[in-house]
Amino acid sequence: MEVAVFIVSAVVVLSGALGVLLARNPVHAALFLVQTLFGVAVLFVLLDATFLAAVQVMVYAGAIVILFLFVIMLLGVDRADDLGIEPIAGQRPLAAVVGMSLAGLLATVLLVAVDGLTGAPAGTPIGDAGDNTRRLGEALFTDMVFAVELTAILLTVAVVGAVALARRLSGPMQPLPVVAIAEVDDDPDEATGDDS
Amino acid sequence: MILAADPLLVDGIDLTVVLIVLLKAGVAFALLLVAVMLVIWFERKLISDMQNRIGPALAGPWGILQTLADGIKLFFKEDLLPTRADRVVFRLAPYLSIIPAFVAFAIVPVGGDFSDGGDGTVSMFGRSTFLQVADPPVGVLFFLALSAVAVYGVMLAGWSSGSKYPLLGSVRASAQMISYEAALGLAIATVFLSSGSLSTHDIVVGQSATTWNVLATGIVPFGIFLIAGTAELNRPPFDLVEAEQELVGGFHTEYSSIRFALFFLSEFMNMITMSAIAVTLFLGGPAGPIVTQRVAWVWPLFWFFLKVMAFLFTFVWLRATLPRFRYDQLMDLGWKVLIPAALGWFLLIATLDVAADLGWPTIPVVIVGVLVLWGGASLLSGAVRKAQAERLEEADRGADETAGSASGLGEA
Amino acid sequence: MIAALTTPYVAWWALVPLITFAVAGFLLLTVASLVRRLPAVLAPAWTAVAGLGVLLYLVPMWSRVGRDGADSFLAGTVGVDRSSIFVTGILAVAVIAAALISRDYLPREDLPGVELYVLLLMSAAGGVVMASANDLIVLFLGLEILSIAVYVLAALHLRRIESQEAALKYFLLGAFSSAFLLYGIALVYGATGSTNMVRISAFLAQNVLVDDAMLLAGLGLLLVGLGFKVAVVPFHAWTPDVYQGAPTPVVAWMAAGVKAAGFAALMRVFVLTLGTYVSDWRPAFQVIAAATVLAGAVVAVVQTDVKRMLAYSSIVHAGFILVGLQAATDRGNSSVLAYLAVYAFLTVGSFAVVTVVSGTGDASHGLDAYRGMGRRHPALAGVFTVLLLGQAGIPFTGGFVVKLGVLAAAVDGGAYWLAGVAMLAAAVAAFVYLRLLVAMYLEEVPSGTETSGAVPLGALVVAVASAVIVLVVGLVPGPLLDLARDAVPVLVAG
Repeated sequence: MEVAVFIVSAVVVLSGALGVLLARNPVHAALFLVQTLFGVAVLFVLLDATFLAAVQVMVYAGAIVILFLFVIMLLGVDRADDLGIEPIAGQRPLAAVVGMSLAGLLATVLLVAVDGLTGAPAGTPIGDAGDNTRRLGEALFTDMVFAVELTAILLTVAVVGAVALARRLSGPMQPLPVVAIAEVDDDPDEATGDDS
Repeated sequence: MILAADPLLVDGIDLTVVLIVLLKAGVAFALLLVAVMLVIWFERKLISDMQNRIGPALAGPWGILQTLADGIKLFFKEDLLPTRADRVVFRLAPYLSIIPAFVAFAIVPVGGDFSDGGDGTVSMFGRSTFLQVADPPVGVLFFLALSAVAVYGVMLAGWSSGSKYPLLGSVRASAQMISYEAALGLAIATVFLSSGSLSTHDIVVGQSATTWNVLATGIVPFGIFLIAGTAELNRPPFDLVEAEQELVGGFHTEYSSIRFALFFLSEFMNMITMSAIAVTLFLGGPAGPIVTQRVAWVWPLFWFFLKVMAFLFTFVWLRATLPRFRYDQLMDLGWKVLIPAALGWFLLIATLDVAADLGWPTIPVVIVGVLVLWGGASLLSGAVRKAQAERLEEADRGADETAGSASGLGEA
Repeated sequence: MIAALTTPYVAWWALVPLITFAVAGFLLLTVASLVRRLPAVLAPAWTAVAGLGVLLYLVPMWSRVGRDGADSFLAGTVGVDRSSIFVTGILAVAVIAAALISRDYLPREDLPGVELYVLLLMSAAGGVVMASANDLIVLFLGLEILSIAVYVLAALHLRRIESQEAALKYFLLGAFSSAFLLYGIALVYGATGSTNMVRISAFLAQNVLVDDAMLLAGLGLLLVGLGFKVAVVPFHAWTPDVYQGAPTPVVAWMAAGVKAAGFAALMRVFVLTLGTYVSDWRPAFQVIAAATVLAGAVVAVVQTDVKRMLAYSSIVHAGFILVGLQAATDRGNSSVLAYLAVYAFLTVGSFAVVTVVSGTGDASHGLDAYRGMGRRHPALAGVFTVLLLGQAGIPFTGGFVVKLGVLAAAVDGGAYWLAGVAMLAAAVAAFVYLRLLVAMYLEEVPSGTETSGAVPLGALVVAVASAVIVLVVGLVPGPLLDLARDAVPVLVAG
């Protein structure tokens, strides 16, 4: 039973992840992301972490991806992009190499360490499904209390930043830069990036 | 893997158990469908009465079959698919809307004897079980998660139509739903505080042991829940989503036939579910006096549906009475009133809980708590006022600057 | 009913710097949101006073830690030792300097609001957290507080499109690097069963992992994540663009504060926590350090924009600090701390001068703007000269002392080749500063550039004070080196 659920949700997660990468339309990509998040939520349920599962759906699917969609729709970028042009020459092969090597690294970690993956003793389980909300709460108020308090500062910073950036100033703006093409530069994207 | 604390599932799963679960799900499904049919009729009839009209009167006795007739008509209409629509998403959206509406009802305990310390188990084919389809340990969060998912139906329906009115409607809808979800969640958090559990069943049991949460949490969260719930349902006076004057029909403008019917259904189904959740969280669920011992199992069901009816009546009443909000008023109410109020009340209740636990005297704690809340509220309103004044000043200056310079075209 | 929770022990005295920065930020925010037309001087003064208060408070804290030893509290997630106090001091200095530079900068650029100061204070709080974190999650949160505030700070020149561009680049790369860091934390957690640095190091000290592939992968990802923040090659690509576009006072904070916090985090994570794996990560550090000093120095030479030039020079400095860090000895650590301190003064002073020279619009950063400065602004040019010589590491400046320190630490650890490479790079980099000096003193004032008026007081104070301190440290290096030697980083169980 557990294995079956795991396999199904793993397929859901992975196909969703692939969909995010391969979808041409940003809205479709966001929807695949939702699919992945749901799969992960099911995995959480499978691990008795029901609270995390619910919060995963509420926060990620319910708020974050919705905001993604919002931005995509309001900015009107909800059409498939033309990916034919490569702004920085050689960037894509390089990205492919780097990505492959990272994937290879992680795959090696998994394959090499089939049975001794952690080396560390397994942590104490966080209690059965009914209890893990309480255990989570207790951890947040004892072991992790400092981290929780820090989150307050983090969120304040984010809010202040969002408001500060959204502000529109009256008065003149600086003129656009007069194109720094003549500048000798090591950075190839400088020449193309400044034409906004 | 523990999905529920239902006694039915504790002793292993055999065929009877599976059948009982299927039966419960089937009954809930059928119940909801019939209820929706009746609620639509109820709403139309009631509003007609309030407006001195007759309303549906021809189909069946008192027009009670009107919805069925409408449904059949819709079913036979042509199913349109706009040329600029995103086909897959356009087809998907109605289901994203209706499935959460169905599933959310699963956590509502509709019956069972909770009086005199009863834990609401009923006996069914020799097994004891709860009268709810599922009782996950994080039940109410499950509801919140599903109501979060329901936003997708609306949002994607509007976007995938490939037309501007639906898009505007859906953007409005999702902004509204997300905004009010926060207030809704904070109001519910107060319930968690007084019940000490996330499971709907435990919340109902807890209320039958003490007082109903509507009193235990001090009425304010209940009020906030009602307002935010109405907004979450996109019902008047918060129905900007489908403001006909501005947006034709809102997010479902381009939908027709059975797909439109699905949206219509899910809207009313959400209304029923929201009422049922309100009853569960604040009004003790199926709790109520058992009047006769002969068919004792009927009474909890009766009380439950009576309470739900009261809410449904309120929703209809609101629609008949109140004019629609303006969009900025809607957002102001949500962000600047409801969320701070819910949060402040939550803090107050939590403080009182702690005070009771530590044996602090209640009255000074209440006084200090109220003073702190008042201070916070005045800080907030001061900041809002200052920002408003500044914006007006800025706008004046901007108007002075642009006066004369020809460009009348803003970036739309 | 509330279950009896034993709440963890809190050493409030050790949290005072963090709380001061955070609360000062919150209060400023509250006041600014309630009062219309704050006096312009209030916010910078408030910020500087908060920084000064922290700086003064660090003195009794320093002696208390010396007396009672390092401590760890809040369930072992935060620690206080002398190295964290030292880094907090650097952060406080950077906050004061940035606030003083901004005081005249914002009115000049016609930018309203107090957000710059609020975010400055909050990001300083994040930096303090990074410098004293005993838990990888806390470290990450501190890093995010610091970085997110700085992303926004970089965009705060709302009238300059380059500022937004810089912020966007910084944000995208920074978010990417945060993801690497988190992945690394997750893998280290998987390999050791804890995110607490004390427990990780204890675990690694007591057990030999049969299979440490996961730990090593995690270690590499942590290095990538933190390497982005301190801008070492090959994770440096954002630096020149961001330094060039961001408002100059913010760049002062970025270069001094963010780098200090980042290296403090690197030290805590690698030298202290993963010290048992030093033979695994040291080669990587050495290669990165060598690449950083060389690439930074070589590319700096061809820059024509002074802010970019200073950006590459900050990359070179990061490489030097890494040269000290890879030694993973007490001597190496103290050389790193001393370097960070002197570098903070050098950099805030330099950027104070750059702020003044850039003129209204924060745009003239070309070498042209500096031509003939020796005649137009002899005082400013003199101060800048001291600072540039310090950056170059000329004897009798603080820069020389600390460069010597990291090289000695490297030689001590047997990394002769690295020390050689670093010295070579220093020689190349010196050419960069020389070029600026030549422009200032030996080249004619280009026609058309008008002499700007009086030098604003705040920036002048910062520039002069840093130049003086750099000189004093160069002449009398003893006190600073003693402080840095005493600032031993330790991990104590809570």
